[in-house]
Amino acid sequence: MADTPHIPDETETRAKWGAFAWTKANAKTAAMYVARYPAGRQQSAVMALLDLAQRQVGDNTKTQGWLPVPVIEYVAAYLGMPYMRAYEVATFYTMYNLAPVGRFHVQVCGTTPCMLRGSDDVMAACKNRGLVKGGTTPDGLFTLTEVECLGACANAPMVQINDDNFEDLTYDSMSTLLEALANDEPVKIGPQIDRQVSCPEGGPTTLKEMVSANRDYRGDW
Amino acid sequence: MLADKDRIFTNVHGFQPWNLKAAQKRGDWDKTAKLLQIGNDEIIERIKASGLRGRGGAGFPTGMKWSFMPKTPSPERPNFLVINADESEPGSCKDREIIRHDPHKLIEGALIAGFAMRARAAYIYIRGEYIFEAKVLEDAVAEAYSAGFIGKNACKSGYDFDVFVHRGAGAYICGEETAMIESLEGKKGQPRLKPPFPAGAGLYGCPTTVNNVESIAVVPTILRRGPEWFFSFGREGNKGTKLFQISGHVNTPCVVEEEMSISFRDLIEKHCGGIRGGWDNLLAVIPGGSSVPLVPAAQIMDAPMDFDGLKAVGSGLGTAAVIVMDKSTDIVRAISRLSYFYKHESCGQCTPCREGTGWMWRVMEKMRTGDAEIGDIDTLYEVTKQVEGHTICALGDAAAWPIQGLIKHFRPEMERRILDAKGSEMLEAAE
Repeated sequence: MADTPHIPDETETRAKWGAFAWTKANAKTAAMYVARYPAGRQQSAVMALLDLAQRQVGDNTKTQGWLPVPVIEYVAAYLGMPYMRAYEVATFYTMYNLAPVGRFHVQVCGTTPCMLRGSDDVMAACKNRGLVKGGTTPDGLFTLTEVECLGACANAPMVQINDDNFEDLTYDSMSTLLEALANDEPVKIGPQIDRQVSCPEGGPTTLKEMVSANRDYRGDW
Repeated sequence: MLADKDRIFTNVHGFQPWNLKAAQKRGDWDKTAKLLQIGNDEIIERIKASGLRGRGGAGFPTGMKWSFMPKTPSPERPNFLVINADESEPGSCKDREIIRHDPHKLIEGALIAGFAMRARAAYIYIRGEYIFEAKVLEDAVAEAYSAGFIGKNACKSGYDFDVFVHRGAGAYICGEETAMIESLEGKKGQPRLKPPFPAGAGLYGCPTTVNNVESIAVVPTILRRGPEWFFSFGREGNKGTKLFQISGHVNTPCVVEEEMSISFRDLIEKHCGGIRGGWDNLLAVIPGGSSVPLVPAAQIMDAPMDFDGLKAVGSGLGTAAVIVMDKSTDIVRAISRLSYFYKHESCGQCTPCREGTGWMWRVMEKMRTGDAEIGDIDTLYEVTKQVEGHTICALGDAAAWPIQGLIKHFRPEMERRILDAKGSEMLEAAE
């Protein structure tokens, strides 16, 4: 496929990532994840550890990280499981990047609930800024991916950029958002309109007293 | 309309903090040990009596599901509770609100449900994309541990119970219970054949019950207020309160807790500011998330929003994720986009689904542009029937039903597109 991202060749990745090992902090985190599962069942932690490894690669490269083969091998060896079993997991789940991504991974939701509320406009705003689906901009800043439902449908359309959700977008607010990220300006996470999370725009229709105080309703039972 | 005092999720919109102190002020973790003293089997009986049906889509009675668990688990083969927070069904966004704004209801529910089914621990499987929500949940679990509510001698009840958070990494199929168990074991999330059912051999081969977040989070309140309270809402067989998630072409999309069996019209009028462009502008509604067939405007307007009411109009309540479409919608594209979703999310295990979802999507794209023959509609319908019921899990069915719903209700529109495309071809030929 024309929009398949470029995976660096094996010699290059081996040279760069062959000596991958947990940082001190991540070694602690990894042990904490493994401890969540019964003895002998440490393979259960593979998903968490691949994510951790991807983040470490990201910190190293000042991007959102990806999983070079030697890194997957490291995780597999750490958990005492065959490389193939870890590689299967890395390729099965969409959140593991098998090729390098940019500093901002822009994941536009295009599934029907977002489509109905204007994800085409959000996509257009990305395209207009030079982002290409499946690719990274030449300056290494943005990688654009169209993803499937991210579970924020009452705040559609939305994008997830790195670890944050940006919701209730329009062409204009998406353009502004990308501009702000490119210029390292602060951005507002969550709904981009005047709205409290998934509460109806214009104010709640229920539990209005909760807006101003943490009310205990048990007295009314 | 449901009174505020009868809402379970009082912090659903997150105006107040989620933390333990604030949650306790709202009534969570209030004498939980006393609730445990009700006793394992009596808790299950009360949940049965409350009429609670699973909130994850299938609507299986929750209490009955718990009763399938072995009553005398051995230490080598403990019981497990797995909580399904892999909310990935297009349209669904309720568990997210529970987890990020009321996580202690879920954790307290996990303890009580786990105790009732004699489980050793609960694993909460949260979808990978809920990064912020997972962070809140992890912090809330840590708070509950430090307060002594879970862990060794949970709530000073003498019962040991652990709660662990497991993050997914982006796969819709992991919402299927056996795929979730596979994923928890550190494998690809491909569903298992049943039987054996998870209650017999689930996580690590041990007896396991998989419950939706909402089914678990409502449990403490049901026990505190009594099953008859929960039973007093909704029609026969469809009891309780429910978080509805309305998206699409309404004036104010939102997540709101309402009584089961509320009419579609009331739900939209009271909470969503009406249909965009008025009720005459309503085209169709997908009432329960992407997997259920759409319902045309005329049939849904006054339908009760519950399991049986929506079944009667050829659809289902699913997760109560209501996707509203007005007359500006390209209905064929809307369904075709769902077909693309299922093609993307098929795990690749069963041939009818792996090949069928891609095939159905490609033909749906032809239907969208009209680049097809009238007879292709029948072929498409036949293929959906070949996929439906011929796969290990229900993803094949879920991919087939939206298309069947489209053909059932919008066949004239599909035919019109094909004829229009043919008409323009003929005009071109004549020129």
